[in-house]
Amino acid sequence: MESVVKTAFPFVVYTGAILLAFQGVLIMVAYTVLAERKVLGWIQGRIGPNRVGPWGVLQPFADLLKFIFKEDLVPDKSTKFVYFLAPLVALTCALMPIVLYPFGPPITTIDWTFLPYGLGEGITQLPLTIAQIDVGVLFVLGITSVGVYGIALAGWSSNSKYSLMGGLRSSAQMISYELAMGASVIGVVMLSGTLDLNGIINAQASSPFRWFIIPQFIGFVVFLIAAFAETNRVPFDLPEAETELVAGFHTEYSALKFALFFMAEYVNMFTVSVMVTVLFLGGWYLPGLSYLFEVGSIPYAIASHVTFLGKIFLFLFLYIWIRGTLPRFRFDQLMNFGWKFLLPLALANVILTILIVYFLNS
Amino acid sequence: MASTIIFYLLAGFAIACAISLVIHRNPLYSAISLVGVFLSLSCIYFTLAAPFIAAVQVLIYAGAIMVLVVFVILLLNLDDDKPLTRLRYLYAVAGGLGLALLAQTLFIFYAVMRTPQEEINTEQTVGNTLSIGRAMYTEYLLPVEIVGVMLLMAIVGAVVLVRKLNQPQLELVVEEELELRHEKEEKDDYRIAF
Repeated sequence: MESVVKTAFPFVVYTGAILLAFQGVLIMVAYTVLAERKVLGWIQGRIGPNRVGPWGVLQPFADLLKFIFKEDLVPDKSTKFVYFLAPLVALTCALMPIVLYPFGPPITTIDWTFLPYGLGEGITQLPLTIAQIDVGVLFVLGITSVGVYGIALAGWSSNSKYSLMGGLRSSAQMISYELAMGASVIGVVMLSGTLDLNGIINAQASSPFRWFIIPQFIGFVVFLIAAFAETNRVPFDLPEAETELVAGFHTEYSALKFALFFMAEYVNMFTVSVMVTVLFLGGWYLPGLSYLFEVGSIPYAIASHVTFLGKIFLFLFLYIWIRGTLPRFRFDQLMNFGWKFLLPLALANVILTILIVYFLNS
Repeated sequence: MASTIIFYLLAGFAIACAISLVIHRNPLYSAISLVGVFLSLSCIYFTLAAPFIAAVQVLIYAGAIMVLVVFVILLLNLDDDKPLTRLRYLYAVAGGLGLALLAQTLFIFYAVMRTPQEEINTEQTVGNTLSIGRAMYTEYLLPVEIVGVMLLMAIVGAVVLVRKLNQPQLELVVEEELELRHEKEEKDDYRIAF
């Protein structure tokens, strides 16, 4: 019995943590959709959804029910296997980075010896990250770049010209802007000396003047613009430009399969907001918090977690604000902007950072 | 125990994907299978405590190169590959090369079995980002530079090839545009003179 419990313990803990994190993020994503509709309503002088529950708070659940009960149409001449695979790929790649989110500082004050069978032995801290790996930044960038297959394959397998155009545009756009995005992160990695997300936060966690938004302001701007393009949001939402491509790559998708694409887009927005927060705004760190609470205690962790979410919501609001404000780019403008302006700017930033780091160290 | 099961699952998935890559006649299915191979290889690297190589495998092979391949297949809208009618002797060549590869794999397997196992120092494992960076820019600096110059040559070559193909068309377009402007100017001059 004891050995079984000891073997199963880590699996149970990690499965529970992953389920909890996925649920939390998905619920926040659902409410981001509601917030988007509300804020867009205000920007356009409307009220927004206000019928389901008080102030429309149950709207996401009503939407989900509607998605489930809609008829699931499959185009006759589609490539069936790839057609079913595409939304799964999109959502899986969107959800996977959640295991790397640094939700807060580690909790060190709990005494774990109360656990039976000596399970708590040797545990000194409870990290608020599920998987703390050495190369978190690279892993998040890699997984989000695999997500483009979902969109490209959806466009191809639907066997419709609008879908194919949407899929092609999306792949071209993602290849172009990924370079600028990766190059803008290099400066942060050089200054912090690590690729680990928690390590990058710790490098900024002494004062707000050490947040990388100040020494890496060019990198911050490039990353933010590339992030909008990577998540296919306004003003870079060419893959689903409804005035020319009906709905782009998901024209032929209905019911729950469309819902999967929809969720993947918003989870990707969330991931990108987390990355901006971690790389440039100090993650869960808030100045003055360590004077109010004891570092490593549960209240400190909760306050830091709320700070982290607050910073993320700031960027999600920026997404919605820009959607309500800006018109869409033309496709050639988008490509020219990515290759001829954003990428050289990011590379110049890398060279500048190399020179600064070199002369500061020597 | 658990890691052995995971390894065999991943290895089996990689081999299945590799077989599907070879036998499919549709280039897009082959490309997707290759992505499957890369992803399972990346997972194997993770279980071998080499997270940097795993992340780079996903980022570069699955995330960049194969996206480009899929993009080209979508752009050209390629159909199924026809069964080979000419060049049948290539089957024999491919079979011979495959046998050589298999022999090499078996030899490596044999050699690995023969070498005595050593305790691994976790500070010096090859997968560590810091150790990879340090080795690349001190001990192996010359090979890295050579690879860098070769890649640069490839990029310059690609640009030159594309330029040569488009140059006459480009000049035509420029000439037409110049002629148009010239005509317009002449007209304007005529108007002023009138």
